[in-house]
Amino acid sequence: MTVTGPTNNQPAPTSSNLGDILERVLDKGLVIAGDIRVNLLDIELLTIKLRLVIASLETAKEVGIDWWESDPWLRGEEHGLAAENRRLRERVAALEEARENGGGRALARGRDWESGAGRDGEQAGLEAAKRGGGRHG
Amino acid sequence: MGEGCAVWLYAVIRDDLRERLPSARGVAGERVRTVVEGNLAAVVGSVGQRDFAAEQLARNLEDLDWLAGAARAHDAVVAAAAACGPVVPVRLATMFGHDDAVRGLLAARREDFRATLDSLAGRSEWGVKAYLDPDEPVNAASAHSGPALSHGAAESAPGGTGSAYLLRRRAELAARRSAENSARDWAQQMHERLRRVSTASRLLRAQDPKLSGHKAWMVLNAAYLVDEDRVERFRAVVEELIGWQPGLDVELTGPWPPYSFAVSAGVRDG
Repeated sequence: MTVTGPTNNQPAPTSSNLGDILERVLDKGLVIAGDIRVNLLDIELLTIKLRLVIASLETAKEVGIDWWESDPWLRGEEHGLAAENRRLRERVAALEEARENGGGRALARGRDWESGAGRDGEQAGLEAAKRGGGRHG
Repeated sequence: MGEGCAVWLYAVIRDDLRERLPSARGVAGERVRTVVEGNLAAVVGSVGQRDFAAEQLARNLEDLDWLAGAARAHDAVVAAAAACGPVVPVRLATMFGHDDAVRGLLAARREDFRATLDSLAGRSEWGVKAYLDPDEPVNAASAHSGPALSHGAAESAPGGTGSAYLLRRRAELAARRSAENSARDWAQQMHERLRRVSTASRLLRAQDPKLSGHKAWMVLNAAYLVDEDRVERFRAVVEELIGWQPGLDVELTGPWPPYSFAVSAGVRDG
């Protein structure tokens, strides 16, 4: 078996891809507190930010790195849909309240909607719908 | 070793196996050597301060190319040792100031190392990943979940585009949830079958799709510690799982050094 240096890019002898290797050498293997301390979690944090390296970090979650929990790609669409539903329900509730109340407060609220908040909400909904439609296709 | 060097630790092996180690180059291109204490040997390399002083190392590890090279080199040294006999693989970037500190480690944890090495002898780690094609199971699942949720029903629903859209979304969501349930079920069943032909197992977290290069969902990512004389049976089970369900793809990697079983090997399950 040949052993290659870090500058040698020839593929490993087994069918191991980089993700599999990183998963094991960064997240598995025996942890020993050496003399020279390098906090691998810091490094993992950065590489996670770059969205390049492993999501397989049991330890990362313990220190609060848990982006995959909210990543729509990894979580599935359900999460985004729930947020979208909540926004729409809030919007409907606000509109109904404004219509039922009438009077000054509702007018003020109405002006708020007109002055941009409403259009923004609509725009967000539209974009969400587009995203949904795009994903379906 | 000279001043300005650190000792990078790759793995711990039995002392009597160190003569069989092939000559190898490590993460810094250095010659890999061993440090012996009692009946244990540490597989190490002397690495220079330029790239491996704590601050510079931290920066280097954040450079994906450097990290990739170091990870491959580290793994290659550990794998070369594993080809000779049982090894305890050590996590990347474990370093000591000098050989004596390594000897101190081997002496202090001799019983642990011996016990782990014994439990790993004659066994290797195999990785199994299962992917589910995100298109196929959705169709299959919606076919099972009844006509009301089929796409056709949603599209022909009265009430304008708004409610048609909502119905379609609801159908998609239901199909997806059903597919996720099947996927979880299948993953559990695959894991159970693989556990029966292995000594120990660990469930790993699903990998980022961007990294794995698959658009399919990773429904199972697990490591199994397999006896040498059961490898063929293990492989056969994996073969059976390929195509066991529509849209299911199974990938086997290995043999790996027992990275996932370096701690209390053979007893704990993920």
